[in-house]
Amino acid sequence: MTKADLVNHIYEKVGLSKKEASDMVEVLFETIKESLSQGGSIKLSGFGTFSVRNKGSRRGRNPKTGVEIEIEPRRVVTFKPSVQFKTQVESGGDS
Amino acid sequence: MTRSELIGIVTEKVGGLTRRDTEKIVKAILDGIKDALARGEKVEIRGFGNFRLRERRSRRARNPKTGTTVEVPIKKVPFFKVGKEMKEMVDGKTPGL
Repeated sequence: MTKADLVNHIYEKVGLSKKEASDMVEVLFETIKESLSQGGSIKLSGFGTFSVRNKGSRRGRNPKTGVEIEIEPRRVVTFKPSVQFKTQVESGGDS
Repeated sequence: MTRSELIGIVTEKVGGLTRRDTEKIVKAILDGIKDALARGEKVEIRGFGNFRLRERRSRRARNPKTGTTVEVPIKKVPFFKVGKEMKEMVDGKTPGL
């Protein structure tokens, strides 16, 4: 499923124009992205939580050459699915 | 940020829709993603990331109450892989560095 399929899905389900549906998908993910960039987390009940974690520096190794390098501290996004999401995936049914 | 705050911001940004409309659409989007994964499909949102299933190996576990060993079967869990664009944006570093 791609962004375009998602647009079609809400277009059929909610009855907006294609343009409105597409704007909505775009703005939603853009807003989540911006909030995460500012270090915030987003809690979506029934879906999951997106948050940012600070990772400290560590020693790493290039698996190809074996050369050791220092991996710099960085910020990464993590997603923790809600219990409901996990249960649905395991049972394989519709929401 | 909670769902309700997110809906407020999105409603303002899109314009011409009520809060109720946005709520319905956001729900449709999130349900769409969940249903796709439940069917075993992958969802790719360019610039944001991909949602797919990841397999957890079966393992032996113990019931802490009775002490009986049980075999926990293979389990599929939702997994989100951050897209390149967002990854770089959040880290605040120039791409390629």
